[in-house]
Amino acid sequence: MAKGDPGAATRSKRAAPRTRRAAATGEPELVQLLTPEGERIETALGPDGTEYRVDFTDEEYRGLYRDLVLVRKLDAEATALQRQGELGLWASLLGQEAAQVGSGRALRAQDMAFPTYREHGVLYCRGIDPIMPLGLFRGVDQGGWDPNEFKFNMYTIVIGAQTLHATGYAMGVAMDGKTGGEDGEAVIAYFGDGATSQGDVNESFVWASVFNAPLVFFCQNNQYAISEPLERQTRVPLYRRAGGFGFPGVRVDGNDVLASYAVTRHALDTARSGQGPSLIEAYTYRMGAHTTSDDPTRYRIASEVEAWQAKDPIARMKAFLLKQQIVDESFFTEIDEQARTESVHLRERVLNMPDPQPVSMFDHVYPHGSPELDEQRARFSQYMESFEGSAH
Amino acid sequence: MSRIKEFNLPDLGEGLTEGEILAWLVKVGDDIELNQPIVEVETAKAAVEIPAKWAGRVQAIFHPEGSTVEVGVPIIAIDTDPGAGPVEQSTTGTPTAELPSPSAASLAAVEVAPEEGMVEPGLIGGVAPGGRTAVLVGYGPRNAPAKRRPRKGAAPVQPAPAQAVPAPVTPVQAAPAPAPVAPTPALNGNGRAGGGPVLAKPPVRKLAKDLGVDLAALTGSGPLGSITREDVQRAASGTPAAEPLTVTAAATSAASAASFGADREQRIPVKGVRKLTAENMARSAFTAPHVTEFLTVDVTRAMKALDRLRDRREWRDVRVSPLLLVAKAVLLAVKRYPMVNSTWAGDEIVVKEYVNLGIAAATERGLIVPNIKDAGRLTLRELADAMTALVQTAKSGKTSPADMSGGTLTITNVGVFGVDTGTPILPPGESAILAFGAVREQPWVHKGKVKVRQVTTLGLSFDHRIIDGELGSKFLRDIGDFLADPEAALLAWT
Repeated sequence: MAKGDPGAATRSKRAAPRTRRAAATGEPELVQLLTPEGERIETALGPDGTEYRVDFTDEEYRGLYRDLVLVRKLDAEATALQRQGELGLWASLLGQEAAQVGSGRALRAQDMAFPTYREHGVLYCRGIDPIMPLGLFRGVDQGGWDPNEFKFNMYTIVIGAQTLHATGYAMGVAMDGKTGGEDGEAVIAYFGDGATSQGDVNESFVWASVFNAPLVFFCQNNQYAISEPLERQTRVPLYRRAGGFGFPGVRVDGNDVLASYAVTRHALDTARSGQGPSLIEAYTYRMGAHTTSDDPTRYRIASEVEAWQAKDPIARMKAFLLKQQIVDESFFTEIDEQARTESVHLRERVLNMPDPQPVSMFDHVYPHGSPELDEQRARFSQYMESFEGSAH
Repeated sequence: MSRIKEFNLPDLGEGLTEGEILAWLVKVGDDIELNQPIVEVETAKAAVEIPAKWAGRVQAIFHPEGSTVEVGVPIIAIDTDPGAGPVEQSTTGTPTAELPSPSAASLAAVEVAPEEGMVEPGLIGGVAPGGRTAVLVGYGPRNAPAKRRPRKGAAPVQPAPAQAVPAPVTPVQAAPAPAPVAPTPALNGNGRAGGGPVLAKPPVRKLAKDLGVDLAALTGSGPLGSITREDVQRAASGTPAAEPLTVTAAATSAASAASFGADREQRIPVKGVRKLTAENMARSAFTAPHVTEFLTVDVTRAMKALDRLRDRREWRDVRVSPLLLVAKAVLLAVKRYPMVNSTWAGDEIVVKEYVNLGIAAATERGLIVPNIKDAGRLTLRELADAMTALVQTAKSGKTSPADMSGGTLTITNVGVFGVDTGTPILPPGESAILAFGAVREQPWVHKGKVKVRQVTTLGLSFDHRIIDGELGSKFLRDIGDFLADPEAALLAWT
């Protein structure tokens, strides 16, 4: 820098990207583009020197904020419906909105996603009607969306099983010659910190690695496997496990929607161009219970929850939008109103979902039925008709 | 639909049958919004707030705080259109009553569980362990008389026949009916439908054949009435089947005067704190090899030191008890022997720098052991305040689970019950527990003469896997030395 030129000094000070190296001492090494206070970091470096950045328009920033709020509201409404006896169970994503919206928005239309049972935010980003998972947890259908149409597989309840499904699918994508270049396909598998202890996940790491599958392992580390804390899952940061399997791993601030987007997009592009799998550890926190059947106050302390409250993904985005004067207060009022209207509408639709007819259980066993099944259906129908006042 | 809506207690967590009303967050006459928290309910799984299902005005509250309510029973009535004038009385209960009854219609409208025997035990809708009915969603089963839709052409309103096997559409091969062993072969959780084939696994059939036992003559005690190996062996040896153990479900308080039955025995269901205590004690007693050592100490100087402390102006409003000095003694001794504050974790020993000091407390709910987090960092004054708060919280029954978890070392003050000492059992995950006995005036050799001194006995149980006799003894000796002469110990150690 030329010392005698104050103008150049000022310029370069402004223009020099605020770069944060991931390996900061003391705190978790993570990629962050938006601090909890709402400060933007221009560029963040991953552990392998990859530079992460995003280049969003104001409209795109507003869109991400809208996604975060709508997803949180939809989740809160589902939790309320369970408490009111209208759903059998609900796994809340509260606190994990940024990891899900960031990664969900990074997906391209041709990319395939394999969720757990908590990926309501990703489901929303894939354009699936949120009534679908609610029907599943109300017990009136089996999920209902077409995985091929939305490129979003069914919710998987078995912990970690979907990583194997995703690996097989991704290997198939490669064998079909659909990788390479901008139009290549990539696959993303979601799972949690607890699932990393499962054999399934480790097996899928091995297979994806040695077959160079176009796959992104997206681990939302929300710190608890139901009640078991992270220190009972691992002695090393989870993202470093990838090194042992032979592919890159990175830890991203899972409460930062921008960094989650940037890191996922980069990993997806690596996969789609044929350069193999990678692991993303989205470092976040489950603010609510594991599911509605769980009481987190029995195994974690209030001060820990408060510390994470200060890192809320929506609050930091809101602070950023205000500081940058991208929006004014009326924007937030409008979004809140939209969220409220949509949740009331969703509630009405849930309450009006018809119970399935008992004979419908025969409908989806085989794609084209079978003689034995037809006979069972006929006998069951006759039995149901033997009651008075029965339509069936 | 009527504008008055009654809200039934839902199954809040996959197969629960009841919940306890902890606190009402609204009262009759309140205007409430959709999803506004209205009541806090505790189930076997969690304490949760229930949000209002409708906006409107609270018309009636059916159950007081502290009552246990079955799933599916109405708990609150909400007027969903309070602006539309007075309510026409469609409910049977009168809203003027303090706790009116819900309408009969709403009680009858509760979903009816499938008849027993229709579904295999353990499956959804079937009988699950403990006699409850497994359900996946909704309000769960009711034990009210089943109101199945009548079969076409059936005689109206007959009691359900004992053999509730549905008429098959195509004839099923009829097995020869076995001679009934019990007078009423009614289906229950363990019973077998009369007329069905005999259920037994192949090895059991072979055993019966070898022993010459006729399976058709037996009543099975296995799942779905299947015949087990034990049934066959019992039949072969000629002993009658054991009566199934029945435990009275009456919600009797363990603390209330014992109500004995005709057999002069009382059966108290094991649940809640008692159950937890039993599990913890059994687990600890049978996994950690305990040893206990005792030390009798002259604490006269310590008692005098306490008196001087109470006299100080800044300590005037503080509760100062001998337990405070014992706690201080323990915390100082831990600093000298940190190994005592540790956990056996299988292949390693976790030694903790922090001391979460547990204080065992007898409460109305039973024994609970809340702990003071990081007590080693507290000043004596802070420690005194923390102990006072801890005891008050425990007595009022408001100790949170977080307060009770994470303890590293515990003191149990059995002296308050007037006994000298005990051999305490370690709380799971802890390696040492100190029993503090009563402080009594006793003859004691003091400076070469027998004098009346204030004397107490300490009992220290420790996990012998981690703590050897030498370490345990030194630790206990240190606590004793502090209580014998606190001032000198403080000068020497800190």
